[in-house]
Amino acid sequence: MGGIADRVAIVGMGCTRFGERWGEGPEDLLVEAAAEALEDAGLEAKDIDAAWLGTMLSGWSGQPLAKALKLDYIPITRVENFCATGADAFRNACFAVASGAYEVVMVAGVEKLKDTGFTGLASPLILPNTNVESPAPPPAQFALAATAYFDRYGLSFEEGKETLAQIAVKNHHNGSLNPKAHFQREISVEQALRAPMIAWPLGLFDCCGVSDGAAVAIITRPDIARTMRNDYVLVKGLGLAVGAEQGTLRRDAEFTYFPENVHAAKEAYEQAGIADPRKEISVAEVHDCFTITEMILYEDLGFSERGQAAGDVKAGAFTLEGDLPVNTDGGLKCFGHPIGASGIRMMYEVYKQLQAKAGPRQVKDAEIGLTHNLGGYPGSFTGAVTVLGRADTAMG
Amino acid sequence: MVGIKAFGSYVPRHRLTAETAGWNVRGERAVAHFDEDSVTMAVAAGENCLANVDRSAVDGVIFASTTAPYWEKQSASTVAAALDLRRDLFSHDAGGTLRSGTSALQIAADAVASGRAENVLVVAADSRMAYPRSPLEPFLGDGAAALLVGADGVLAEIEGSHFISDHMLDVWRSGRDSFVRSGEDRFIMEAGYVPIMIEAISGLAAKLGKGPKDFAKLAYYSPDPRRHAEIARRLGAEAAQVQEPGYGAIGNTGAAFPLMLLAAALETAKPHDRIMLAGYGDGADAYSLVVTDMDAPKPAMTVMELVGGKLPVPSYEDYLRWRGQVVQEPPRRPDPQPISLQAAWRDREANIRFHGGKCTACGEVQYPPQKVCAFCRADDQWEMVRLADKGGVIKTFSMDHVSGTQDTPLVLTVVDFNGGGRALIMMTDRKIEDVRVGLPIEMTFRKLDVIDGIHNYYWKSMPVRIPANGADAAGGG
Repeated sequence: MGGIADRVAIVGMGCTRFGERWGEGPEDLLVEAAAEALEDAGLEAKDIDAAWLGTMLSGWSGQPLAKALKLDYIPITRVENFCATGADAFRNACFAVASGAYEVVMVAGVEKLKDTGFTGLASPLILPNTNVESPAPPPAQFALAATAYFDRYGLSFEEGKETLAQIAVKNHHNGSLNPKAHFQREISVEQALRAPMIAWPLGLFDCCGVSDGAAVAIITRPDIARTMRNDYVLVKGLGLAVGAEQGTLRRDAEFTYFPENVHAAKEAYEQAGIADPRKEISVAEVHDCFTITEMILYEDLGFSERGQAAGDVKAGAFTLEGDLPVNTDGGLKCFGHPIGASGIRMMYEVYKQLQAKAGPRQVKDAEIGLTHNLGGYPGSFTGAVTVLGRADTAMG
Repeated sequence: MVGIKAFGSYVPRHRLTAETAGWNVRGERAVAHFDEDSVTMAVAAGENCLANVDRSAVDGVIFASTTAPYWEKQSASTVAAALDLRRDLFSHDAGGTLRSGTSALQIAADAVASGRAENVLVVAADSRMAYPRSPLEPFLGDGAAALLVGADGVLAEIEGSHFISDHMLDVWRSGRDSFVRSGEDRFIMEAGYVPIMIEAISGLAAKLGKGPKDFAKLAYYSPDPRRHAEIARRLGAEAAQVQEPGYGAIGNTGAAFPLMLLAAALETAKPHDRIMLAGYGDGADAYSLVVTDMDAPKPAMTVMELVGGKLPVPSYEDYLRWRGQVVQEPPRRPDPQPISLQAAWRDREANIRFHGGKCTACGEVQYPPQKVCAFCRADDQWEMVRLADKGGVIKTFSMDHVSGTQDTPLVLTVVDFNGGGRALIMMTDRKIEDVRVGLPIEMTFRKLDVIDGIHNYYWKSMPVRIPANGADAAGGG
């Protein structure tokens, strides 16, 4: 039996409210998310065999999770893979379960970005270096893709900005239906267009929230899951593709699409047996760190033809009422983006959608869901695509 | 026959002009941008001078300035590396006096005459500050000039020289002085500048048996336009003989000033013209040069072209901020960390010489140089390619408003170099409305920041300075 499909099941999930959680530290957030996940799974902390912790800058090693939950002497591995940290922690934990090494595994992601004291994302110091790279934070990096995309497809600044604004408006609408979202207010296209420029051509409403939060998943083998609940969720595919700075090393690299997404999606779709993602996927949670990212990845993930994303956005294809609702929980834009937690937060929404527990955001008859988690910057990404399916989608 | 083989100037693009808010002075001053200093301007002048010269033949560099970035740490070696000159060269910093530029010319000429060196690049640059709003301020400018001194194929022969050394406190800076201090104006002019310049020039003329009328051009230092005119008057020189000093356009560029005037004079000189060059500071230096009929290498850009391609400084406050004289709230971003000296040393070829690697297995250029080729995966099969002089076009760009640079928005560019290679690099000296995909750019050596006293130099992109000539104007040889 090859591939990862149907060999791992999610039996419990938890997610904190994201936002400016001034009063809570990483430990508080981990405990909050883990308590919800354990209760959802009907388990206790002592039932966990092994754990993976995803965090980019809120703690070193696996120890913060052990300390938070008082997990005594179990194996815990910390994962860091830029903003795709959460999805990659989940992915590694899946392999541990699929291998048979462990039965009940916890995956936790956490970030306390607001403790950095900055309104934007502040990267941690790794090693002192030559400081010749631009000090511009992520918006300027992703804006490079917006400029290139507009230029490649002949969109005027106004046309391009209008599409980006429509994506922001959609995600704000979805966030307004989500009590756990960082931003729960609707905005208008005009508001988005009038917002201050952050990194031309991206304005304030083109940028996601910088938030605190944690999310936790508990996974096990499907044969065990079956004994725990009927509405467990199956892992159908796990794709990951890592860039090597081809964007700036190779002149044939374009900034109009992100090859890491394409490769990660291909791997996950093959494992999941998906041939036509636009038709077969019921709901998708994608990495809209910036509106231009969401626009481009519609095409990278095969939801839109190349150069056609603007038309699909205009037609409302990705709204709650569209044929493929995207970021039903508000996305990074409004749910917020605590780095290590985001990939797992996406799975939390898809898990709830597949269990038909997404309340006012519920997508009709959701059967297959996708999460897409993206780290790095245009030119060199870590792209992670995860396909999840309802318990009744198990193949043979 | 020792003389000048090539020359080139540099005038920074920015000007305090009538358009500069809060600068209520008639005439313009050329001022270094926030990311320029004497070293970066010296590199630009050197690049202009060497545009059409085989730079592997350069075996000496003398950097002359009163505004070198370090008390202890040579600048000539930085200039030599940024100009991608060879390692086995004589490098020296001259300073301490406004005369350091003209005196460096004699040191270079002597080195060549003795056979010690074949081609010595003399590069002088200065960026001096007067007290804000002081009477001196309107007359100062920033700039640089480079002269390549050699023995064969010279375009102007050094016919003779004469020096006066004079102990006098007329202008000075010491300790932590940011601004030029000076004695009472009438004293320093009447007892200093005017008689000493006349003494040096007359001394040289007498030595050569020439009179002022024998010189087609007089290119000499002056502290201000009035004293410049006074020297001409005392020498009995006619207007056509006097090299226009550029007050109101560039200003007094300190150690670089007389050499910039010489470069300007050489641009319009005819064969057999005799040119007087004179520098002042703690005495005076005078030279007589005779133009040959050599078809010598031309600078990439003339002084007039450099004066033309200008950008107004938006406000006088901006200018003071660039010089660190206005306190500014730091950006709400993490404090920049000191550089790793080890990493900077390791990456010196990529960061200072701005070399990319060309894979000898597949021919693809990559920046920065890699270990393994991003195209064919060949391991460690590279030849170095200098990208600093290649020029290129903007593939894509963005403009950041939040990172707190000195010239918001910070323009970030992905540059495709002519002939291969790509880099993600900051842009400088740009008009926002000009920045577009496909814009031809050239590379320029700049100072990124100063942390712990370490001047961190690197390259930036900028719009090609003479767009009329297209992208070809970017590089040259």
